[in-house]
Amino acid sequence: MMRIALAAVSVLVLAIMPLLAPWLQFVLTLAIAKGFAALGVAVLLRAGLISIGHAMFFAASAYGVAFLARAGINDLALQLIVSVLCAALIGVLAGLFLVRYRAIFFAMLNLAVSMVFYALCAKLYGVTGGTDGMPIPIPSAFGVVLSEPAFKSILFYLSLVLMLLVGFCVHRYLQSPLGQALSAVHTNEIRLEYLGVPVWAVLLIAYVISAALAGLGGAIAGFAIGRVVPEFAFWTASGHLVLVAVLGGIGGVPGAFIGALFLELLHTVAVTVTDAWNLIVGLALIMVIMFMPRGFYGLIARKEGTAL
Amino acid sequence: MKQPILEAKDLHVAFNGVKAADGVNLKIYDDEFLAVIGPNGSGKTTLLNICTGYIKPRSGSVHLDGHDITRLTPRAIARRGVARAFQIPQLFSDQRVIDNMMLALAARNGLWSATQPLDTPARREEAEALLGLVGLADDRLRISSTLPEGHRKLLDIAIALALKPRLLLLDEPTSGVSALERFPLMEALMGALRQRKITALFVEHDMEVVARYANRVLVWNAGTIMAEGRPDEVFSDAQVLQRVVGVA
Repeated sequence: MMRIALAAVSVLVLAIMPLLAPWLQFVLTLAIAKGFAALGVAVLLRAGLISIGHAMFFAASAYGVAFLARAGINDLALQLIVSVLCAALIGVLAGLFLVRYRAIFFAMLNLAVSMVFYALCAKLYGVTGGTDGMPIPIPSAFGVVLSEPAFKSILFYLSLVLMLLVGFCVHRYLQSPLGQALSAVHTNEIRLEYLGVPVWAVLLIAYVISAALAGLGGAIAGFAIGRVVPEFAFWTASGHLVLVAVLGGIGGVPGAFIGALFLELLHTVAVTVTDAWNLIVGLALIMVIMFMPRGFYGLIARKEGTAL
Repeated sequence: MKQPILEAKDLHVAFNGVKAADGVNLKIYDDEFLAVIGPNGSGKTTLLNICTGYIKPRSGSVHLDGHDITRLTPRAIARRGVARAFQIPQLFSDQRVIDNMMLALAARNGLWSATQPLDTPARREEAEALLGLVGLADDRLRISSTLPEGHRKLLDIAIALALKPRLLLLDEPTSGVSALERFPLMEALMGALRQRKITALFVEHDMEVVARYANRVLVWNAGTIMAEGRPDEVFSDAQVLQRVVGVA
């Protein structure tokens, strides 16, 4: 109960923040977008699998939106749904190959596949615009053509609503036998096989869900920025997602969003203070990882446990 | 004529030239408690590995209810009603005992429910009933890695029982268990097997346990079956006493 109340208050605060400080709207939209992608990474982390390639799905979905716009499909909902499905489909294709691997091999193969994707985005100039990327024009919402400020506001509140809806669905999935089997894969894969469970299928489903989540984040980020570039898929972007997931904590769905909000806000503030903003961000991360090994969500869960 | 539930025919397996199974034939019938005894390294666990699809024999075959299962995976064999408990308990060690059980019960139905939670009242009730059956009711909320060895063994067996198997293969159920815990563990196990009408094949080193609980014994030595019969018959065989039991 306390957890639900805390979530409700947090979402309310997030909803009000752009009204008080309009410049925060873009930062928060981007944070939520990265939160979705980090949640995808966190789903796999439950099974002990670290993906250093999930920025590929993030970028694929954003490119999907750009291609749809180029093809004359300008409806926000349609662009969002189709681009997420594209990311999920790529997730199926990549997952069929990748879920057979574990540990460092899984991490490195994800990295390799994502870097191939990055190279294709950067080099196929005629198709993807090369390093210049592709523009993502402002779409219409339910047939209504919007001004940029109106669209950006709609995008922010839509992201917030999606965070609640998708977050709830992912929570239900993680509580289900299929979701619980992920940590069982991490602990004892052999036992799971001897229980008649096809571990590859458990992991493939998780992989596709995580790809779709990263895709949702990528589409939102593409809309917010108005352009997609190959750097969306670069390995540092994938590393960033892992960092956000670990920082927020993999114990629960809110962790990824908390981590993304913290990092995005910290980055925004640090940039205004010094050119060496990386130093501030790095130090903050070291502190969090040293003193909160289960991430921010672990801290909240522990506090709640103490309160009970 | 009575049909065996499991039948191994002319099994041959060797590791680096050492024969673990050399033309072995065996049958196990419904409601039997078949014990497999033999010296260390004689190939007893290999037999379980072959029967559960973990190792493929060089030649020979394994049949379950007359169907060839030799080339099937452990997963496919488990789904046909063969469960296994391990010498070293294979648990989901960072989860609570009750969660281990509920996951095993969910696995019986294939896990494919992504919207219903793992922890449902019906599943919890069944998990608690099974834990009660093996004497672990008081441990249900403990993290499984914190259990004493005997209780870990029982949990491993309870997880296997959750599948409602027809045949349970047990690898040294009493190894690593203190002398005080050994017989209570076996009583709990045998009670659960009888209540659920489960056939069992167990590899065991403790001859007291074998003599008390098995209704047929198979003596495995250097990849071959050296003797077979009721416990009293086998333990009166001078060769068995000398080579396996260690009594001249």
